Amino acid sequence: MTEEIIIAGFGGQGVLSMGKILAYSGVMQEQEVSWMPSYGPEMRGGTANVTVIISDERISSPTLKKYDTAILLNQQSMDKFEETVKPGGLLLYDPNGITRHPKRTDITIYKVEAAAEAAKMRAPKTFNMVVLGAYLKIKPIVKMENVNKGLKKSLPERHHHMIPMNEDAIRQGEKIVELVQEV
Amino acid sequence: MKELRLMKGNEAMAEAMIRAGYDGYFGYPITPQSEVMEYLQAERPMERTGMVVLQAESEVASINMLYGGAGSGKNVVTSSSSPGISLMQEGLSYIAGAELPCLVINVQRGGPGLGDIQPAQADYFQAVKGGGHGDYKLIVIAPASVQESSDFVKLALELSNKYRNPVMILTDGAIGQMMEKVELFPQQPRWTIEEIREKKPWATFGKPADGERRIITSLDLLPEKLEAHNTHLQEKYRTIEKNEVRYEEIMCEDAEYIFVAYGLASRICQKTIQLLREKGIKVGIIRPITLYPFPKDILKSYASKVNGFFVVEMNAGQMVEDVQLAVECKEKVSFYGRTGGVLPTPEEVMEAFEKSFK
Repeated sequence: MTEEIIIAGFGGQGVLSMGKILAYSGVMQEQEVSWMPSYGPEMRGGTANVTVIISDERISSPTLKKYDTAILLNQQSMDKFEETVKPGGLLLYDPNGITRHPKRTDITIYKVEAAAEAAKMRAPKTFNMVVLGAYLKIKPIVKMENVNKGLKKSLPERHHHMIPMNEDAIRQGEKIVELVQEV
Repeated sequence: MKELRLMKGNEAMAEAMIRAGYDGYFGYPITPQSEVMEYLQAERPMERTGMVVLQAESEVASINMLYGGAGSGKNVVTSSSSPGISLMQEGLSYIAGAELPCLVINVQRGGPGLGDIQPAQADYFQAVKGGGHGDYKLIVIAPASVQESSDFVKLALELSNKYRNPVMILTDGAIGQMMEKVELFPQQPRWTIEEIREKKPWATFGKPADGERRIITSLDLLPEKLEAHNTHLQEKYRTIEKNEVRYEEIMCEDAEYIFVAYGLASRICQKTIQLLREKGIKVGIIRPITLYPFPKDILKSYASKVNGFFVVEMNAGQMVEDVQLAVECKEKVSFYGRTGGVLPTPEEVMEAFEKSFK
């Protein structure tokens, strides 16, 4: 099994930390992982994206042009990455702020109203965990117990009291994810 | 029990410095390697092992603190990125001349000049051909993963002391900033003063029992004596070339074409050879792990067996010259590279290969 994922959105949405928690979950089940952020000038005030690869085998290139899954959290990311999903692959997005919805007909598309849900839960910072829950519902590539371990490893200890809140958000994401189109 | 962590290359190197038992780190911040010192400061190595971490006032100061620390027998390390490493070249030449073991890490970024902060491999010539003045060599090791970033910090301590020679880890901003799974090695003790006395009798650690002064210098005004010193250095470099060549062969057994790439470029090429093998084209990779000493013999041994070599670097073509020398023009050697911090994609490398060898 090899899953190649791009997660893209605004800086501050928790794109990089969501990728980190996903990658750490892979480490917890002794898989090979890589987490490659886009960084530097393009990150400041603009879009942030990270390539996460989880595999049973040694990982070759940590940077890619085509992905099995794209998780897209703003319009700029939709414009940039919709075309990079492999035919038959998966696109997951939050329709919040999206003016142009995905047009591809050869990929599976899901949406998750994560921003709205996180606001409803009065925990806007758990937005990224709602998205993670939605993704893991569609592709359960890591076991939930390892996600919990991954959360513990990724968050500094002073934030550990917030873990239950994040776990709730993951469960909520699993519940509210909606299929848009299947191939 | 295995100690597994998800870490950035820069963080893994910093943790490895503490665990390998280095005595001191001196450095000056520069992107994309600032996490090295950030991690060290957060970890408080003084409380863990007694290791000193100091932010120097500049790269010139850092490298000269290394000179002082290494001269007194301590195991010392610095890290920087391309422009900062250029500033250290005078000091490196002095350290190589005085035969002091130490580790210098270059997390390369785009150049020349101040360049940018994206990953590149354009400092190959500087690292393996000299960089500073005079006939000297660094042992240059190039990790291709976060795991190797950790392991090679420990290896560098062993090699630098074995040969009384500075070691450089030549990596890049991508391996420095990406996270991967890493298995950490167990804590090694720092050398005691008795061990230093025994293993580094030349070091300046106070008045020795024999009463004879120890002098650390690279200055020798008598040409004959300086030539004798140079002859000694060259003999040492030949020994290093004989003993310390490291490389990895990836799917070379049945290969008709050999890719040559190191560091991040070798990772990108691994994806490319998967794509090519899906098309039925038999390709393999030779990944130099030591850039000096360069794995000449293995390349030469393939020269009569394969149809060509394809060198991929994140620069305008530097290691390709060493590949050409190694295969003695017996086979076609082609090159593909991106510069300025642009990462080549596996697909574009494949296209370039197909254009070269159609």
